[in-house]
This record gives sequence, structure tokens and C-alpha cells, in this order.
Amino acid sequence: MSWSNHEHLEKNALLLLVLVIVVISIGGIVEIIPLFRKETVIEPVTGMRPYTPLELAGQNIYIRENCMACHSQQIRPLRDEVVRYGHYSLAAESMYDHPFLWGSKRTGPDLARVGGKYSDEWHKAHLVEPRDLVPESIMPSYSFLLKRGAKLHDLDKHLATLKTLGVPYTDEMIENAEKDAIAQAHGEARSEIGGLQERYGEKVNARDFDGQPNIISEMDALIAYLQVLGTMVDFNAIKDVEDIGETGGAE
Amino acid sequence: MEHPNYNYDVVKKFTLATVFWGIVGFAAGIFIALQMVFPDLNIEPYLSFGRLRPLHTSAVIFAFGGNALFATSYYVVQRTCHVRLWNDGLANFTFWGYQFFIVIAALGYVLGVNQSKEYAQPEWYADLWLTVVWVAYLVVYFMTIVNRKVSHLYVANWFYLAFIITVAVLHLGNGLALPIGVLDAKSYSAFSGVQSAMIQWWYAHNAVGFFLTAGFLGMMYYFIPKQAERPIYSYRLSIVHFWSLIFIYMWAGPHHLHYTALPDWAQTLGMTFSIMLWMPSWGGMINGVMTLSGAWNKLREDPVLQFMIVALAFYGMSTFEGPLMSIRYVNALSHYTDWTIGHVHSGALGWVGFISFGALYHLVPKLWGREKLYSTKLVSLHLWIATLGIVFYIAAMWVSGIMQGLMWRDYNEMGFLEYSFVESVMAMKPFYIIRVLGGVLYLAGALIMAYNFWRTIRGDVNEKEYNNNALQGAAA
Repeated sequence: MSWSNHEHLEKNALLLLVLVIVVISIGGIVEIIPLFRKETVIEPVTGMRPYTPLELAGQNIYIRENCMACHSQQIRPLRDEVVRYGHYSLAAESMYDHPFLWGSKRTGPDLARVGGKYSDEWHKAHLVEPRDLVPESIMPSYSFLLKRGAKLHDLDKHLATLKTLGVPYTDEMIENAEKDAIAQAHGEARSEIGGLQERYGEKVNARDFDGQPNIISEMDALIAYLQVLGTMVDFNAIKDVEDIGETGGAE
Repeated sequence: MEHPNYNYDVVKKFTLATVFWGIVGFAAGIFIALQMVFPDLNIEPYLSFGRLRPLHTSAVIFAFGGNALFATSYYVVQRTCHVRLWNDGLANFTFWGYQFFIVIAALGYVLGVNQSKEYAQPEWYADLWLTVVWVAYLVVYFMTIVNRKVSHLYVANWFYLAFIITVAVLHLGNGLALPIGVLDAKSYSAFSGVQSAMIQWWYAHNAVGFFLTAGFLGMMYYFIPKQAERPIYSYRLSIVHFWSLIFIYMWAGPHHLHYTALPDWAQTLGMTFSIMLWMPSWGGMINGVMTLSGAWNKLREDPVLQFMIVALAFYGMSTFEGPLMSIRYVNALSHYTDWTIGHVHSGALGWVGFISFGALYHLVPKLWGREKLYSTKLVSLHLWIATLGIVFYIAAMWVSGIMQGLMWRDYNEMGFLEYSFVESVMAMKPFYIIRVLGGVLYLAGALIMAYNFWRTIRGDVNEKEYNNNALQGAAA
């Protein structure tokens, strides 16, 4: 091959354009397409379920406020991270996140397993004024979430859209989206939560997250989301799977 | 030689928009940097850090950088193809359409419409609009090339063409989403979890590779030879560097996902290609710098050329730092820290900013038919003040980033973590103040440039400065 062969490309713009498209496509094809064989990418775990409608509303507030600009949701399998935040993140734990919210910057701590670590009251007070609880914090205040009603009436549309994209919501879940959200924010004391538990499991957190019985606020939704983060997977069950893997076909 | 009747009108508009959005974007950066020192500056809900950060990144990358790319690509394609830009109406549409995209994207962030995908935050309706504008851009650019009056396509145009088509591919791939309804702003990404992460960083890394690199290399390949009045150093190097750069860049995305749930084989591929990327990157730098062979004296005298060469130096530095940070074990320390922010800014402020400023200083007198800039001394002042600003910025982020990484992994003799998270936050404060100072210097430089352009466009010449130079010249 001689350098002068390159002239053909310099004289034929369409050929140049086509060749550029071919050359830039290869890397993406090799790295992305195999990931859609999901069984080779996402290890099977027990306990993962789609978000409840209220948790999903909370995740959408997290997305809207761009919390991921400062908080990651991806614990790496490094000693200090596992000690600080808990078990490293599994692929399955974000498989219902459209899009992923792993983040790339920790101006604040990782939130992948923040669920259950702090009380609802702590989250509420912290979101209203972070410096009341952590004086050196540089996090913005989100007190407006307390006053703003969570948008629940169109949650069925959200669930239906996610179902189209592959999240295993059932027709029953979609029909009951708003009802389930209200039941979860009211809790057992004020609502019938049997249907919610039937659809999303016994473990689902159902209570008045923001301590304001007169309103289902965006604070309710966001705290419901934060409190479920990293709590779904049953790690005891995973351990069993790993043990079986280690003994191999001995049994 | 008789010039064809070039369409400078649209180039002028993009040039002014570049200066305007640059100042907006730099100011927004300073404001969010201040928020990290004084959290009370977060004015909820509209002006909180989370909502303003994408405003800053979009304003500098897509508004400042994008307008600079439009302006220079439309100028370069006409000058190197010896033909007027194809279709004035469509070219004008790309200007107003692109500004409209910037405005609806920015309004969305502030009002809370955001997909939380880095550097791809605008929702589906803005994405669709951008697609229309971008296709128009490709058509205008490509048709101008097709109509060219010279037989060979100059190397700058290869880079611009690769940038335009690749950004289109990336935008369409990563942007796939399903709105919850045609009248709703909200959509859900077509991809989730690991797949979403890989596609997002395939997009975002190559937004760096093609928007912020290939496009600006196109700028470099035209404006450095022009300003130095020397041909490009090596034709062969430009061929090798072009094809290897665009091929290898596309593989590098997974280095943003080291130690995550992304399969190891993909992480390893990403790391390997990122290290290989060092070579084509430096190929471009060498080709640009060596173009001054035989004309090094011009570097001493011409601050516009200095801008371009300092840009290449920063390009060389950040394209060395990038491969370094993509090594898994380095990344274990650097990821999630301010080091990444520093790295990005040495590329953005140093490379993208400076090569654009250099090109703008070259362009403005030519577009408005002025013999020279109002003041060369102000160009020099801009250069040094902005360089100092970058040094403050990146040095502060190196120290804070590495300190953060080390504090997070530090153990005491009992085997417990030495520091709570908030202790690392407290330790950042002095460096965040230094960063603000760096940003202020950089903005001050841009304001000096804007003033210089305003006087140049008005037709003013700083007589005193040029007379002095003439006297010195006579004395010598």
C-alpha cells in the first residue's frame, strides 16, 4: 500500500464519510452488543423487585434534582469501600434503573446502600437543612420537598412505559399505581396495605415517611426511595449460591 | 486570487455566540464552584448545585464549544474548498436552531427537566430537536464539500466531518428513550443498569473524543498553519493520527466504569485502548507543534500563536494524564474524586478553550474586514491571566482529588477507617477556594477578549501600542 492511495479518500467525500462510519462503529459494536446477553452480565439474585410507584416517584425526584452529580450508587469491590458502604454493588441491583444512576463523583457519600441506615426523621431533617445534622456539609437544602405534593395521578403511565422497556410490572401493578403509592405513604395505620404487599412483597416499607399526615409530599417519595436503596437483595441467599458453586458438582 | 463570495454572515453569528456563551458558561462554573465553598448560595429549588451543574457543563461544552465548532467549521470548509457555504437558509437555520436547543436545554435543567445522564441531560423533546439541527449541519457541511472547487479535501475537513457524523451516531444511540406521553416532558431511557452505563460512557467519552477533540483538532489543523504561515508538519502523520484516533477513541469508554458491575472483559478493553490512545493523541500534538519548524520566531512575537501552542501543550498533558488515570489501579484512587474534575478542566480550559480563543483572535479581524486586532497586548494579557487561572484550578484539583482518594482509603492502626466522609469534605475547602480564584482569572481573560473584539469590530486600533511597536522596529 502506498500513501498515495489515501488520495482516493481525499477526493471522494462520500467514500471518506462511509469509511469513517465503519471505523467508528467497531469499538461500540464489540463492547456494547455482547452486554445484551443479559444472562452473562447480570448474576441471578433473590429479592430484586421493581420499585413501588412511590419509590419510583422518589427516584424521579432524585433524577430531576440531579443528585447523581454528587452521589454515586456503585460500591466498588475495594476494601475501604466495602467497609464504609457495605457489600459491593451487583449488576442486578440497578437492572430496573432507566437510566443507571451509578454516578461518577463523590462530593457526598455513596448512596447505593443508604436504605435503612438512617431513620426517616434523620433523612427529613437532613434534606430540609443538612447543616443542622452535619455542620460541615456542603449539600444544598431541599426543604421545598416537604411542601410540594408528590405527583401520583400519572404513575400508571410511568409504570406502563417502564413495562414496555422490560421492567416486569404487571397489569395489576399499573392499574393500582396511584392507590399503592397512597397506601405506602399512609402506612398500615391509615390504609389497607395488603394489596401493596401482595404486589411488592412483605418487606415493602409502608409508613408516613415525612411525618406530615395531611400531605403525600415529594419528601415522602424521596425518602421512600432512599430507604429501599441497596436493601432488596437477599445476600444470605447469594452466599448459598456461592457455596454451592465452590463445592461444584460434588453433590 | 479572487475570493468566492463566502458566507461570513453565519460565521459571524456563531463567533459572537461563542463569546457570549463562553462568558455565561465560565460564570456559571464560578457560581457552582462558590456553592461548594458557601452552600448557602444554593437557592432552592431552581438554583441548587444539582440543577446548575449540567447548566455549566452544557454551556461550556455545547454552547461555547459547539458554537466555536460551528463558526470555525463553516469558515474552514469555505476557505479550504474555495466555495460558498451550501444553502444560506439552512445554514442560518442551524444557527437559530442550535441556539434554541441551548435555551430549551438550559431552561429544562433549572426547572427540573433532566435525564441525569452526564453530558446528555436534555429530555427527549430537546434531543429530537437537536437531531433535526444536527442533520441540517451535516447536510450543509457535506454539500459544501461536495461542491468544492479543489480536488483534495484538506485534513481539517476530515476531522470536522468525523466529528459531525460521530456525534450524530452517539447522540442517537445514547438518546434512545420512551416518553411517558407525547405531552409529557418525562421519558425513560431505553437502557437500564449495566447496559445503560456502558452506552452512556460510550457516548460521554466520545463526546470528549469527537466533540472536544476531533472537532477542535480540525480547528488546529487549519488555524495553526494559517497563523504560522507554514504548511502542516507531516501529511503522513496526519493520516496515521486521524484514522488511529477515531478508531481507538471509540473503545475507551469503559475506563469510566472500572471496578463496577460492568464485566471485567469490557473494563480491560477500555483500559487497553485508553493507553493506546496516548499515541494518536500525541501524534496530533506533534503535528501541530512541529508545524512551527522554521518559524519558531513567530511564537515569540505572536500571542495568538502562543494561545494555540499552549493549547497543544495542555492537550498533550491531558492526553497523557487520561491514559494514566484509565489504568485500573490508578483509577481505584482517582475515580469519584476531584482529580477527574481537574483532568477534565486541563483539557477543557487549556485545550478546548485556548485553541478556540486562538482561532477567534484569528477570525474576528478577518470576518469584520479589519486589518488587525484592536490590541495585541490585550491578547497577551488574556493568555497569561487565563494560563495562571488554569494552573490554580488544576493544581488545586490534583491536591484535593488525591487527598480525597487517600483519606477515603486510610486506616488507623486498629484496622478501622481513619476518616469519616465529612472529614474529607472539610479538607477540600481551601482547594475549593483556590479553584474559584482560578475560575475568576479565566473569566477575566475572556472578558478582556470580549472587550478586544468589541473594539476591533468597531474598527478601533490601539494607535499607541502599534506606534510604539513601529518605533521599536525602526530602532532595531
